[in-house]
Amino acid sequence: MKNDGYSVTNKIMADSITTEQTQPAVFSPAAFKEAEAIIARYPSRDSATLPILHLAQREFGYISPAVEQLAADLLQRPVTDIHGVVTFYTMFNQKPVGKYHIQICRNISCWLKNAPGLLEHLKNRLGIDVGETTPDGKFTLTAIECLAHCEQAPAMQVNDDIITNLTKEKIDTLIGDLK
Amino acid sequence: MKLVSRNFATPDSHKLAVYEQSGGYARIRKALEMEPQKIIDEVITSNLRGLGGAGFPAGRKWSFLPKGNPKPRYLVVNADEGEPGTCKDKYIMTYDPHLLLEGIMIASWAINSHTCFIYIRGEYVKQARILEEAIAEAKAAGYLGDKIFGKDFPLEVIVHRGAGAYICGEETSLLNSLEGQRGWPRLKPPFPAVEGYLACPTIVNNVETISYVPWVIELGGQKFAELGSERNGGLRLYSVSGCVNKPGVYELPMGTPLREIIFEHAGGLPEGRTLKAVIPGGSSAPVLTAAEIDIPMDFDSLAKAGSMLGSAGIIVFDDSVNLVEALAVLIRFYAHESCGQCTPCREGTGWMRKIIARVLDGGGRPADPDNLLRIANNIIGRSICPLGEAASLPVIGFVTKFRAEFEEYIATSRKVDAPATTSRMAAAL
Ligand SMILES: Cc1cc2nc3c(=O)[nH]c(=O)nc-3n(C[C@H](O)[C@H](O)[C@H](O)COP(=O)(O)O)c2cc1C
Repeated sequence: MKNDGYSVTNKIMADSITTEQTQPAVFSPAAFKEAEAIIARYPSRDSATLPILHLAQREFGYISPAVEQLAADLLQRPVTDIHGVVTFYTMFNQKPVGKYHIQICRNISCWLKNAPGLLEHLKNRLGIDVGETTPDGKFTLTAIECLAHCEQAPAMQVNDDIITNLTKEKIDTLIGDLK
Repeated sequence: MKLVSRNFATPDSHKLAVYEQSGGYARIRKALEMEPQKIIDEVITSNLRGLGGAGFPAGRKWSFLPKGNPKPRYLVVNADEGEPGTCKDKYIMTYDPHLLLEGIMIASWAINSHTCFIYIRGEYVKQARILEEAIAEAKAAGYLGDKIFGKDFPLEVIVHRGAGAYICGEETSLLNSLEGQRGWPRLKPPFPAVEGYLACPTIVNNVETISYVPWVIELGGQKFAELGSERNGGLRLYSVSGCVNKPGVYELPMGTPLREIIFEHAGGLPEGRTLKAVIPGGSSAPVLTAAEIDIPMDFDSLAKAGSMLGSAGIIVFDDSVNLVEALAVLIRFYAHESCGQCTPCREGTGWMRKIIARVLDGGGRPADPDNLLRIANNIIGRSICPLGEAASLPVIGFVTKFRAEFEEYIATSRKVDAPATTSRMAAAL
């Protein structure tokens, strides 16, 4: 849930108002077909909202106001409803993120295994703070809550993959390998 | 003895052929020959409890479905696995997705539901893919679809990914999320069994609960019950994390002593360390001191001891851990995850975060332990869903049982720390 005093939710909302895209977002024919298949799976159209937004994020990288409008049209819902959903869930990016989105867990089991030290290491290594993207657009760093890999703590997520039993060395190798 | 974890180490255990070799899909064939009510009766006899956290007897929940309601019924499997310290459902979905599917088939037959949703946390991309593949295999074999196992009984299973919200593990929030809304909890009653998904009768059960159903059918309710402790049937998966030598997920009987789990199965603490505290049932469960771990891990024993078995996520703290900072991590989590719908939880968790942040930043006041307790006690019983309690119980547990540590932290950090330029709360945690 996005309800963190440290999160940048308010700033993101302000950005999304001021940098409103004028270009409408359009799905590729393949993605459109996928969207139709998703909607057909559910007994109510609204229920397809999260999967449609996941698909849209995969296609566009983040959920801009134009993408919200696309989802609203497909789902036949008011765009305000879609915005309400997008802003509720942490996994929907409202801003572009880097090619590799690094999300490190800071919850209790990872915290006990030096997650704060690893977060510091990541900040130094990438030269960015939490919530920022490297100038070359390659990495975005986010600190998140439990990833449910507590028994292999510390853990982080890089795009769709979860990497566990982290050490500084492991992080360095990984970052070196990500092209 | 192993039941749901039996196949975890088998190569290719996620494949249908391998599952069938180990006796898989025999239980659903048996169940389809049984009267649905007989299955519910067996599950009641088995004392199988809800393993998502609340421990509600599974068979009793199923029997709350209203009779004569013409609306469709839904089964929703809760695979949100959001409770910090809990990482067990992941093993079932990764290594034995067909066991979960077989459980879904038996439960669906028992409650007469033709559509099942698996609501899986968004971060489990890999597990969602494994489940999709398992569903496709089962469909191709005729085990799912229009006529499962040739019987005039259609069943579809749909994997539905969440998108990052702890609250969506709470069953009514989950249902709103599944309906495409913000994940705000609903007032109960009506309970989901009466009015759930799309206002239709809906059974919500945890992944692990459903995965034990095939074993109830195989062993029979009575035998399953006898594997556990009184009124807590069978076995369960215990997730152990934190300061132990062998963190992991262990399947053991209900009622296994906590000491045995920590010191035998999880390998004890690292050399030279001593036990300070244990959270026995996921981050929401009140903490136990080192002197309180001779306790059977079942729902009733832990409730009697003022804690909870919950999701059986055991988090171990050794003597090197600063419990004030540990509690700050938990408080921050709950403040972050409070959905904002109801005032006591939204404001209360925020206030507790502000207080613990100032304690960490060297500005703690002598009254702050009591301030935390007062706020926590004012949230409990006044929120729409149990997240308010989940946020308050750890505060009450830590501050009450380790009060001296809080007092000392406040007294000493005030003297030692110059006003920090960046908040230690934000920086160090
Ligand atoms: C804040 C909160 C979070 C929860 N998270 C989960 C979860 O991640 N997984 C789960 O199975 N149950 C979770 N629950 C419990 C569910 O509300 C519900 O009791 C459970 O899914 C019912 O299934 P069971 O009877 O098989 O345990 C949560 C409850 C609360 C209050």
